[in-house]
Amino acid sequence: MSVIIILLIASITVAALFLIAFLWGVKSGQFEDDYSPPSRILFDDKPSSSKE
Amino acid sequence: MVYQILNQSDLCDYYDLNKNPGISQRINVRKDKFAFLEDEKIQNKLTSFRNDKQVHVTLYLPQMHCSSCLYLLENLHRIDEGIISSKVNFTRKEVDIVFLVNKTTLRKVAETLTSIGYEPYISLNDLKEKRPAINKSMVLQLGIAGFCFGNIMLMSFPEYLGIDTTEVGLRTIFRWLNFGLAIPVLLYSALPFYISSFKSLKHKFLNIDAPIALAIIITFIRSAYEVISGTGGGYFDSMTGIVFFMLAGRILQDKTYRQLSFERDYTSYFPIAVSITKDDVETPTALPDIKPGDTLLIHNEELIPADGILTKGKAFIDYSFVTGESLPVLKEVGELVYAGGKQTEGNIEILVVKEVAQSYLTKLWNRDEFKKNEANKKVSFVHLLSRYFTYIVFVIAISTAIYWQLNDPAKLWPAVTAIFIIACPCALLLSNTFTNGNILQILGRNHFYLRSAQTIEEVAKVTHIVFDKTGTLTSTQHQHITYEGTSLTAYQLQQVAALAACSSHPLSKALAKHLAEGKLPQVAGFKETIGEGIEGFVQNDLIKLGSYHFVTRLASRQTGTAIFVSIESRLQGFFQFSNHYRGEISGLLHQLKKDYQLSVLSGDNDAEKNNLQHLLGKKATLRFHQKPEDKLRYIRHLQDQGEKVMMIGDGLNDAGALKQSNIGVAVAEQTNNFTPSSDGIIEAKQLALLPKFIRLCHANRNIVVASFVLSIVYNIIGLFFAVQGNLSPLIAAILMPTSSLSILLITFGSSSLLARRMNL
Repeated sequence: MSVIIILLIASITVAALFLIAFLWGVKSGQFEDDYSPPSRILFDDKPSSSKE
Repeated sequence: MVYQILNQSDLCDYYDLNKNPGISQRINVRKDKFAFLEDEKIQNKLTSFRNDKQVHVTLYLPQMHCSSCLYLLENLHRIDEGIISSKVNFTRKEVDIVFLVNKTTLRKVAETLTSIGYEPYISLNDLKEKRPAINKSMVLQLGIAGFCFGNIMLMSFPEYLGIDTTEVGLRTIFRWLNFGLAIPVLLYSALPFYISSFKSLKHKFLNIDAPIALAIIITFIRSAYEVISGTGGGYFDSMTGIVFFMLAGRILQDKTYRQLSFERDYTSYFPIAVSITKDDVETPTALPDIKPGDTLLIHNEELIPADGILTKGKAFIDYSFVTGESLPVLKEVGELVYAGGKQTEGNIEILVVKEVAQSYLTKLWNRDEFKKNEANKKVSFVHLLSRYFTYIVFVIAISTAIYWQLNDPAKLWPAVTAIFIIACPCALLLSNTFTNGNILQILGRNHFYLRSAQTIEEVAKVTHIVFDKTGTLTSTQHQHITYEGTSLTAYQLQQVAALAACSSHPLSKALAKHLAEGKLPQVAGFKETIGEGIEGFVQNDLIKLGSYHFVTRLASRQTGTAIFVSIESRLQGFFQFSNHYRGEISGLLHQLKKDYQLSVLSGDNDAEKNNLQHLLGKKATLRFHQKPEDKLRYIRHLQDQGEKVMMIGDGLNDAGALKQSNIGVAVAEQTNNFTPSSDGIIEAKQLALLPKFIRLCHANRNIVVASFVLSIVYNIIGLFFAVQGNLSPLIAAILMPTSSLSILLITFGSSSLLARRMNL
């Protein structure tokens, strides 16, 4: 029985972590602009050296 | 890799910009174009944060269109040292800029942006209150409801599957955990329902959210009682599940097209400031501060913000914002010019006669009638249905209560609460929100954007469709050009085309496009007389194009929009410009005239009357010479006769009529163009599909009603158990998800299927 309680705590904690991640994502506006971040990552700091 | 991406999107010029920090590539900015940004008051309104070191500002850059733009704009700090950072929001086409006060100014930032090709769009609208941030709370509520629902479901399983009675301790833990998890749903996630029902009850109106809020609260109280008294597990899973599904439906339905705006009024068209000249000194002044008697200097390509009298220069005004007519109108000194037009050639000065808010067009917007209209908002039939539903539920609950009071008082409360738990009209709400959401999405895919779910019902009710002519039935992008006079040889036509191609005047451009074939001959000695015409030598022939007066030096003759041609001082004839009907219009009108009353309102003369009457059929009403108020009045007249009017128009001159009509649809050549405030925006090339769109909106109601009938069947099954007082959590837990899911499938499936059958 005590195993179930440990499992319970573990599962709810993991789920809660995901919930927090989701809330954080929504609040910080990650779902608002789905174009700029993926393009931004493609740009290097010095474009002249990345022409290849 | 990066280079390839940028190369494909053919905007590589930033590489050059980096090599030699822009001298040659830069676009020249007119000297005082952004002078108004030095004004304290305007700065305060535009910036989101400022102290004595830093300023944060968000600018709207409509020219932004690809990943190269993103790159360039995020590297602004290389171009201007004062800029600390710039961050782009691509979907909103905005850039957040942080700059240092002691190194640069807002004006310099705007000038830098303009010089690299991204002119910030700053309109009078920005002077008003800040735009509200997008409401994220409903998504947060959905997330929390989903989390709680999932966990409660899992922890309810042991109970449903018959947990061993020896494990009482474990069962109690599960129950209390469920109880704890249901609290955030009750207090936070279900908030929209409480707020909405409270508001409606305050207006003495029973909407669909009131019984739902009641059901949520009763379910919670009953379940809490069971857990605390140790008599059962409660219905927490049903309660949280319902909240979760209903929130999901709401979000789907309220998904808005963020890049579109349905609320535009004249303030989003108008600039934020213009130059007032006084004793040859130009001072930029914010629009609300302009008073009658001021002299405004309107530069080339600027909008005239207030009604005034032309005092200097030759006005060549493009009223396409206002009327949808793309050909500019010539105004002489002393004539009245109305606000909303755009000066196209050279600078002019006008003496203001009316304030901005009192001008002819803006007054149409500020009418009091519209404000009243907002108050009595249209009510969805779903609310009326739910009202009957609620009454019936109450009757059943009361009769059950009476029955148990007489027979077995112990069962009274379990039975009554079970009725409210099972019989909440959530299925109706679900079917409504999911159908609406799906139909909005289907229409959006076809470039017909509706403001809200409520407009779907309004579209279905339409009985009378009113069209604007210019810009709606006719296209502003194509002109119909006919030539009359001594016929020209192909050689001469090429000469004319070559000359016309030299000018940037819209008529010349249209003519050049119409005539040009292959390589054009060289033009020498080109000369343009603003507002009159153009001349030049083509293959040693002097060719003149322009007004009758310009070409012949004789008194002017009124012949509508025409360009006269002379070759070697001999008048040859003229090119007549007329409206070009959109290709698909005749088919559209033919289909619509079977089912609807049609009208056409036009600000033009009645030259097209016979043609239109033929297209629209004999029953249709045609009205010409209609001023903006006439259009509005005609719509109101129809409404007084009990007609539900759909107005289809473009331009500011239709704005009043669009607002007055039951559903106003703005036609846009491109959806990111400016459209007046309306209930819907349709892309011009999709106009032919309008009858299908209306049919789809009709089907919306049938789907909702059909799925509602199904949900009543579920309710009857549930009520059968509830009135007997033995609704077990298991039955509730099975009924709730099956009814919700089957309704989701039916609404989604049938609306998608219907759309596919219509080829949408």
